Amino acid sequence: MKTLKIEELSKNFGSTEVLRKINLEIDEGNFLVLLGPSGCGKSTLLNIIAGLETINEGNVHIDDYNVSKVEPKDRNIAMVFQSYALYPSMNVRENMIFGLKQAKVSKEKIEEQLEKVSKFLQVDALLERKPSQLSGGQRQRVAIGRALVREPRIFLFDEPLSNLDAKLRVEMRREIKKLHQQLKTTVVYVTHDQTEAMSLGTNIAIMNHGVIQQNDTPENIYNKPSNTFVADFIGSPSMNLIKGNLKESSNKVSFATHGSNIEIPINGYDFKEKSNLDNKEVFFGIRPEHIFFKKSNEEDFEINLRADLSEYIGHEQIMTFNFENQEVLAKFPSTVKIDLSKNTKLFFDLTQISLFDAKTEERI
Amino acid sequence: MQDRTYSSYKQLEQKSKYTNMFLRWFLYFVLVIFALYFIFPLYVMVVTSLKTMEEIRQGTLLTWPSGLNFDSWLVAWGGRGYGAGDTFLKPYFWNSIKMVVPAVFFSTFIGAMAGYVLTKWRFKGDKWVFLFLLFGCFIPYQAILLPMARTLGVLGISNSVIGLVLVHTVYGIPFTTLFFRNFYVSIPSELVKAARIDGAGFFKIFFKILLPISTPIIVVTIIWQFTQIWNDFLFGSTFSFGEAAPIQVALNNMVLSSTSVKEYNVDMASAIIAGIPTLIVYVLAGKYFIRGLTSGAVKG
Repeated sequence: MKTLKIEELSKNFGSTEVLRKINLEIDEGNFLVLLGPSGCGKSTLLNIIAGLETINEGNVHIDDYNVSKVEPKDRNIAMVFQSYALYPSMNVRENMIFGLKQAKVSKEKIEEQLEKVSKFLQVDALLERKPSQLSGGQRQRVAIGRALVREPRIFLFDEPLSNLDAKLRVEMRREIKKLHQQLKTTVVYVTHDQTEAMSLGTNIAIMNHGVIQQNDTPENIYNKPSNTFVADFIGSPSMNLIKGNLKESSNKVSFATHGSNIEIPINGYDFKEKSNLDNKEVFFGIRPEHIFFKKSNEEDFEINLRADLSEYIGHEQIMTFNFENQEVLAKFPSTVKIDLSKNTKLFFDLTQISLFDAKTEERI
Repeated sequence: MQDRTYSSYKQLEQKSKYTNMFLRWFLYFVLVIFALYFIFPLYVMVVTSLKTMEEIRQGTLLTWPSGLNFDSWLVAWGGRGYGAGDTFLKPYFWNSIKMVVPAVFFSTFIGAMAGYVLTKWRFKGDKWVFLFLLFGCFIPYQAILLPMARTLGVLGISNSVIGLVLVHTVYGIPFTTLFFRNFYVSIPSELVKAARIDGAGFFKIFFKILLPISTPIIVVTIIWQFTQIWNDFLFGSTFSFGEAAPIQVALNNMVLSSTSVKEYNVDMASAIIAGIPTLIVYVLAGKYFIRGLTSGAVKG
């Protein structure tokens, strides 16, 4: 039984296609993050799961029950919003129990739930306050509390942290993580922040233009991006994509840019399909953090590149190098001293590379 | 660049000080002139209403009254106590109250509902509905007098307070809807979404969540509608006469129908009485005119 299952879901607003043939599944207790740039349809998808938007095609199942035409309140879900959406005229207590009162839950049960949740979230001292008298973090906590008291099957979070300042955001992120560890509830979480997605999710679905680009664990998303969009979207700075060709001779594959004599051997790479590789136009992908100043293992590829630009950011520095007239970024500890406009010896960790077909932009 | 010494900076400093001082005094001068200009008619009205006819004939417009004499106010409100031809404001004042209270209530309520639907329960063609409602704000009232008179006749409520309530409610709705729509547009729709997930329906969301935070715009709407309806003369004089007339029509009749001598003091007192309720609404409601009641509640 899947807690949430979405089948062939499509949605348009007028002539604009927002979601195209979405398929998603979540197991009980998993934390799914919908990640993507603004306008990719992630919030619409969440609203559809909540029942706040109608569906043009496809179905949404919760616990194997088709809820596509079921009212939001009957879907056994709860939602936390970006703007918290606390009812301004009600105090914290009324805010938290509003849903239970609507559902005609008995008074004793309501009080019991309220006490349990407010203690758990440490808002029990704030029950008589109005939302306007709370700080950003407290409001967020109350908003989560309002979702918790209903004991839903699925929690939906719509960018809940993006209204908070940087420090508080990191704190609340940890709290949400703890909350999920303790309660083991199923969560669907929308964000455009990759750090949030990576640190919270057990699964991440990366979306762009209404299509899921990759739905995988954070590790696979980072290490084995399924196309150039994912490779480019995840990581800061994002993965270097160097355009060039593959060469295959006597079972040895190597990569070189046009008209260059630098050949990078591709040895241990896990090709999806190891055929027709010779002369294939590809992107050679390597993350800035996998370019080293010192040799880290035997397989490392040694190369001399000219440093063009240095960005110092405290704990590290981002250097831009010239690789056959293509920019290659690398990340080093800020203690390393590198001279600009001079050739520097670098080491590419070839166990961490990705290769993409230049035409389809898919991983090969 | 010019070479400037310490003393030349000193001079420039002095110069700018004098210029600023002059401008400041000039500003106050202009403001005082405007203030006098606006207060002058009110002064004449109040002073004249407190004079006897004798004083009015002998003095000028600006002469101070000899004492506080409220006789003309009493006459304006309650009449002289003889039968036919004695027009006074009291019954018409109550007519106006009976007209303005329900008309303000209904137009505000319907406007709030319409604004709520147009922003939070969007439907196909809602933009057109809003556009047509907006037209209502720009239609000159003179243009609809005849069709409206016919409508009231068919409904059997012409020349009645109920008829005036209907007319003012209908012609208030475009404005009240505009006010409430613009207010509700700024309220995050997430509030409505949250309430829907919590299981609240159309009316519950309106009454429990949106209406309690609408105080600022309700006050604005009430002030606007009250002033419009109370001060209306056109609809009142067209759709009612005799005993059903509102106060502005009665005021007009009173001032114009004097047979013998023009009693300026009574006229002035009547005009002030007819204007007092709007003043009261401004003073009372203005207190609750606190903006940003929702600020902080929904945003960080």
